Amino acid sequence: MTTLLTHSGPTELDARTDGDGLWLDVAEAERATGWELKPEGFCYGPVCVPVPYGREAEFVAPGSVNVAGFWRHMGKPVLHDDAREVWMLGEDATTRSYEMLSLEAPDFALPDLDGTIHRLSDYRGKRVLLVTWASW
Amino acid sequence: MWQRLYNELAEHDFLVITVAMESRGADAAREWIEAAEPAHPSLIDRDHVISELYNMVNVPMAVWIDEEGRIVRPAEYAGTNDAFRGQDRETGAWSDDAFQEMRRARLIYMDAIRDWARNGAASEFAWDAAGARDRLRLPSEETALANAHFRIGQHLRQRGQVEEGDRFLEEAKRLAPDNWNIWRQAWNLEDAPVSVFWERVDALGDQRYSLPIDMPGIT
Repeated sequence: MTTLLTHSGPTELDARTDGDGLWLDVAEAERATGWELKPEGFCYGPVCVPVPYGREAEFVAPGSVNVAGFWRHMGKPVLHDDAREVWMLGEDATTRSYEMLSLEAPDFALPDLDGTIHRLSDYRGKRVLLVTWASW
Repeated sequence: MWQRLYNELAEHDFLVITVAMESRGADAAREWIEAAEPAHPSLIDRDHVISELYNMVNVPMAVWIDEEGRIVRPAEYAGTNDAFRGQDRETGAWSDDAFQEMRRARLIYMDAIRDWARNGAASEFAWDAAGARDRLRLPSEETALANAHFRIGQHLRQRGQVEEGDRFLEEAKRLAPDNWNIWRQAWNLEDAPVSVFWERVDALGDQRYSLPIDMPGIT
């Protein structure tokens, strides 16, 4: 099993690694990352990144997609441990910056002490002071 | 502190959400949360997701979010400034001046929250869209890469791959030299002594530690 860390947290899945490539079943890739392989390319909602022409074999194979390859191609951080069992698909600064400039407070899902998950969007309709702290 | 403020203002469609940035998990925060008995959501963030999403660099930092889910004050220090640097390095005792300054800044910030909780968009402390955008601090590519290193580093540590995790955490620190969240959390995971914090603070010399809050009366 491979652990994939994304914006929505860790997911355990079956993957094939090949050097710096991380190949996932197309449906599994969509479940884990939100990105879907379509005829027009690798897509997240209305945004599609075409498969680079002439380099198709680096990115797609029948029924599977190299998510790490696409991630790097999009300029987003990809990291993995030495055993290639844990992979991190990060977000790039440009995407984050556009999100922030929209001024829409990004949603999140985090547990309280009892493990109950709270989402910021659960509290729409209230003025929210979101404040951090730490024991350290 | 936040629990008292929430009680005072809860009638105004106002909510406090506190988030503990604790890569060691809920148990590291439990004692404080149980003592505060919060009636508001009090959440645990092992991965520092909030820090990444809102581009925060330390604790405590706060974001003000209106009824429609729009940011009216982007991430800023929640009423704390550099006054703590007047603490004694050995005993942690505050000099009188430093203590008064810390208290004064906090009271001004708390009053601003009260004003916003009561008056919403009409509050002088809630920026309009242009004002909020002007005050956003956008992440650099190094910050984005540091966040990715932090996430995998802390996850590897959690799985027991401590040395490998620490390599990623070291790289996260190198990539984000001004991100105290990453540095302080990494020190906490490494069981580093408090003195490393003070050494890095003192090495700033005349440079600020905290980012200034854009609020009259707080320096």
